[in-house]
Amino acid sequence: MTADPPAKDAVPAPADPPVLCLESVRKTYGGSLVLRNITLDVPAHTVTALIGASGSGKSTLLRCVNLLEEVDDGAILLDGAEITDPRADQDAVRRRIGVVFQSYNLFPHMTVLDNITLSPRRVHKVPRAEAEERARELLGRLGLADRAGEYPDRLSGGQQQRVAILRAVATRPRLLLLDEVTAALDPELVGEVLAVVRDLKEQGMTMVIATHEMAFAREVADQVCFLDGGVVLERGTAAEVFGAPRESRTQDFLRRITAAGRL
Amino acid sequence: MTVRDDPAPPDLYQPSARRIERERFRRARTRRAGLLATGSTLATAAVLVALVVSSPGWSRTRETFFNWHYARKSLPDVLHGLWLNVQLMVVCGAIVLVAGLLVAVVRTLRGPVFFPLRALATAYVDFFRGLPLIICLLAVVFGVPALRLNGVPNDPVVLGGFALCLTYTAYVAEVFRAGIETVHPSQRAAARSLGLTSAQTMRYVVLPQAVRRVVPPLLNDLVSLQKDTGLVSIGGAVDAVAAAQIVASRSFNYTPYVIAGVIFVALTIPMTRLTDWVTARMNRRQSQGGTV
Repeated sequence: MTADPPAKDAVPAPADPPVLCLESVRKTYGGSLVLRNITLDVPAHTVTALIGASGSGKSTLLRCVNLLEEVDDGAILLDGAEITDPRADQDAVRRRIGVVFQSYNLFPHMTVLDNITLSPRRVHKVPRAEAEERARELLGRLGLADRAGEYPDRLSGGQQQRVAILRAVATRPRLLLLDEVTAALDPELVGEVLAVVRDLKEQGMTMVIATHEMAFAREVADQVCFLDGGVVLERGTAAEVFGAPRESRTQDFLRRITAAGRL
Repeated sequence: MTVRDDPAPPDLYQPSARRIERERFRRARTRRAGLLATGSTLATAAVLVALVVSSPGWSRTRETFFNWHYARKSLPDVLHGLWLNVQLMVVCGAIVLVAGLLVAVVRTLRGPVFFPLRALATAYVDFFRGLPLIICLLAVVFGVPALRLNGVPNDPVVLGGFALCLTYTAYVAEVFRAGIETVHPSQRAAARSLGLTSAQTMRYVVLPQAVRRVVPPLLNDLVSLQKDTGLVSIGGAVDAVAAAQIVASRSFNYTPYVIAGVIFVALTIPMTRLTDWVTARMNRRQSQGGTV
């Protein structure tokens, strides 16, 4: 999706710090404990899928990474720098992270083009002509070129979500967070959104994906994390976690998902 | 695969050194912010006081507007008059809220049968929203008694209150209508699809959401109404303003106006804070939190 993708075949040197690193992250809401002790590394140019039952804290984890929530304890590091430090510049951190929400969250009062160019123009100070040219190019690649002047409410859910992804990557973020991006979509529209994510992976985008699409997670994820009870109960390659889950709770979860016909 | 922790309770959590340091930093930052706010407030206040006190004519101004003797002398009369303002405000406020809501609902009625009602409501709002309150008051307070109609009161308080209601109902109706129109059409669709009638949809789904959204602007209009109750004094009613005027005109000292003004302001502040609190509580209960 990016015009100059991070070099995908450049294997990061082992000394490279992971793009994202969570150390013993804890988060409570009121009295309820959502994240007990989350430790997780996301290396550059890899895709991490977060799976787990509803309420297992997948979304909360993503909200913490984007500093939409304040963690209670532990640390989150972006490119080796702690972003949960109260001294960190939160806006600067968010400038380097893209987020796509389950319910798109496009700005209904702006055209598709303005939605995509808002941050490049206002935050990253890209000249309007340049920002729009790039936005149109991105839209063109997704076959949405003729929608640039439309308002979001006039698009289908799949189109809206693809625009939302473009909006998130238009600033060339270091890390892209996807929170159940297909959960609000009709099954026939899921494919077009997942194709975009697949495309981003091809270009080497580092992503963390909270998802219920197990088949998709299995296909794109370099690393799968099963969240349960506020911890990463099981972590491994897609083949390990889906093929031979070790924890009984992971097995139960996958069995329920399979029964529901989602794998 | 990694098992980091036993997911089952009990939670043997101990705050880490990092958390303790972070919290210490946040506390220190809050303290610094507080000190800074206090310092800058004191400095600003000092500059303002110095400017005011050193300005030419300050002693005369103080004598004319902030005279302790006249303040004490006028306070009982002003307070006595204020009771009338409070009564007017409560009674007119209640009438205005009900009538305004009614007019707003009438304006949103659909269907050709209701066209005349809708047109009347629209005409009423257009007219009274644009009409200066003082003209409305003069016309009602002095014009209506001149008609010598049977059964119509001549009391300037009643007539003045009526004029206030006429004007403010128009304002408040518009506020309610704006609130009704911000409720997303999908809410109406959901309610109608549950079999609720148009009226039930309005009553149980649309209005509760609309009213919540317009509480702040409604309060704005109520505060404005409270102030404008002072205008009924033009018809001869002795309210707080009129009481202050009586003392002021006898002594050529304007302290009583300041007293009356301060009391009006003091009345509105608790109401504003209460509404802010209610609104904040509603928002907390309906939405998830976050740091942005």
